[in-house]
Amino acid sequence: MQSYLLRRILYAIPIAIGVSIVCFSLVYIAPGDPLETVLPPDATAAMVAQIKHIYGFDKPIPVQYVIWLGRVLVGNFGISIADGRPVILEVGQALANTGLLALYAVPLAFTLGYAMGAVAGCFPGGWLDRCVTGTAVAGVSVPNYWLGIVLVILFSVQYMWLPATGMGPDGVSQLHLLQWTDLKYFVLPVITLAMIPIGIIARSTRAAVAEIRNQDFVQTLRAKGLSEWAVIRHVLKNALPPAMAVMGLQFGYLLGGSILVETVFSWPGSGYLLSKAIINRDVPVLQGTILALSMIFVATNLLVDLLQSLVDPRLRRG
Amino acid sequence: MTAVSAPQAMPLQAERSDAQSDAASLPATVVRSYWQSVGYRLRHDPATLVFAAIVLAIVLAAIFAPLIAPYDPLKESIIGRLKPFGWRGHLLGTDDLGRDMLSRLLYGGRVALLMGVVPVLIASAVGGTLGVFGGFVGGWVNTATMRTMDVFYAFPSVLLAVAIAGAMGGGIANGMIALTLVFIPPICRVAETATTQVRSLDFIEAARASGARPLTIIRHHVLGNVLGPVFIYASSLVSVSMLLASGLSFLGLGVRPPTPDWGLMLSTLRQSIWVVPWVCALPGLAIFITSVCFNLVSDGLRAAMDVRM
Repeated sequence: MQSYLLRRILYAIPIAIGVSIVCFSLVYIAPGDPLETVLPPDATAAMVAQIKHIYGFDKPIPVQYVIWLGRVLVGNFGISIADGRPVILEVGQALANTGLLALYAVPLAFTLGYAMGAVAGCFPGGWLDRCVTGTAVAGVSVPNYWLGIVLVILFSVQYMWLPATGMGPDGVSQLHLLQWTDLKYFVLPVITLAMIPIGIIARSTRAAVAEIRNQDFVQTLRAKGLSEWAVIRHVLKNALPPAMAVMGLQFGYLLGGSILVETVFSWPGSGYLLSKAIINRDVPVLQGTILALSMIFVATNLLVDLLQSLVDPRLRRG
Repeated sequence: MTAVSAPQAMPLQAERSDAQSDAASLPATVVRSYWQSVGYRLRHDPATLVFAAIVLAIVLAAIFAPLIAPYDPLKESIIGRLKPFGWRGHLLGTDDLGRDMLSRLLYGGRVALLMGVVPVLIASAVGGTLGVFGGFVGGWVNTATMRTMDVFYAFPSVLLAVAIAGAMGGGIANGMIALTLVFIPPICRVAETATTQVRSLDFIEAARASGARPLTIIRHHVLGNVLGPVFIYASSLVSVSMLLASGLSFLGLGVRPPTPDWGLMLSTLRQSIWVVPWVCALPGLAIFITSVCFNLVSDGLRAAMDVRM
């Protein structure tokens, strides 16, 4: 177990370095002088000199990368062009707000998707299976920002049951996660965000359950005289690790997909920050947010692999 | 002699014609080529045929948009802004500048299909080549290629597309570059897996032993086994590409106004959902329907070509 753990962590390090290189180069693929892309248009001469010194733009690019990495590792992501605040503060706050959405969306997507997939896989070919498969295909193909707009039209414009945008009257500081006055702002964004993962998890769980039901050990369980429910319990337990792996991947896509969904709902999270950074051409914020989100994605994948190997010991030998 | 042999020949002929009629009545004994059997399976899959017909209709509608669009998609009207379905001959209403929605939706399909197909084609060519060569050569070259691809895998696809397009500053060309870069790693991985599986088989060894050069082996023996999986995988990416592209233009990173584009239309009309809610939802519906149909056709193709991934 320990050697697997070590191997898996060692494997993640070069990936993380590669990801940081891609994020670093974002400033350089932006058109124009990289100095211009990280400076506000009305920058003073002193500011230009300071930024030039901090970024080391006069040095060769590999050296600049090392300087940049050193800064990032101590939490200095640069300064926002739009409002002059340190990027790390903005990213941290935004990630916390996105995390709140994920806190509801991930469990919702996993339980619903797993349940739908399990039901469909247990009755392959039946009408339940067709319903679930249809919903899953729709869930995979739907542009989630459009789904968000449609939900707003239905529940805010037509019936006025739920608020259309925002995070609540009190903002983040006095958020009560269990009170309806604050919770109602979560309903639409969470459903919208969870839609795609629900479809994907339902699809892969259905495939896993259908495959496991055909394996020899299920035949043995039946031959031993177990009730159908007991057999299904065994099957579902075996379908859990692949579903977990898919959920881990989906967590990352959920973070990525939040760019569009948060824009629709004006949710002050990392996605909304990104889309604001795009409008303002604020490359330091763009870079910082993408670095933070992709590092979270790398860490989640690592965590999922480790959790999976805990649940399914066979994977450790691989 | 002839008088004796003739009656013997008669029953033989009769038997043969019986055997022939048996073969005709039993489809299992009919030998089909691979593509014939794929065609046979497709013809007997009505759902896929229906969705393929819808895809064809969408493609034709986009190509012939100038002929079938009832209005000029760019013609504005101050009095006719944000009108509901069926207002003065505007079947699907008008947008925030008084332009006809139906015409704009028809024209918008052009950008959507372009952004769905072109990045996937380029990425298939580049990623497929990288994967086949990496997989065929093997060793450290392959390891280096695939580890580099792993780095791009570490980004959620939306995030990578937004990062590249956002840093480069939007526009159709930059969007296409961004999407191409997003799709190269997964296609490369599919091609590499297929090539590695084929590479160690006996017929490659035989070709090598008979003196064929690596490029000849790749062209005649490897590609035939790799193109199928790559094609199927790429066809499933078309709808993803369309979704990502419309997402990019929703964020303001796609086409520039006033070009009609579904993502951009959705983004500008979002401000008007309190006035004509369902007119504003139309561009998204167009994206959704197109993407569902492409997905289902791709699923049908995969089943017909029987490629396991």
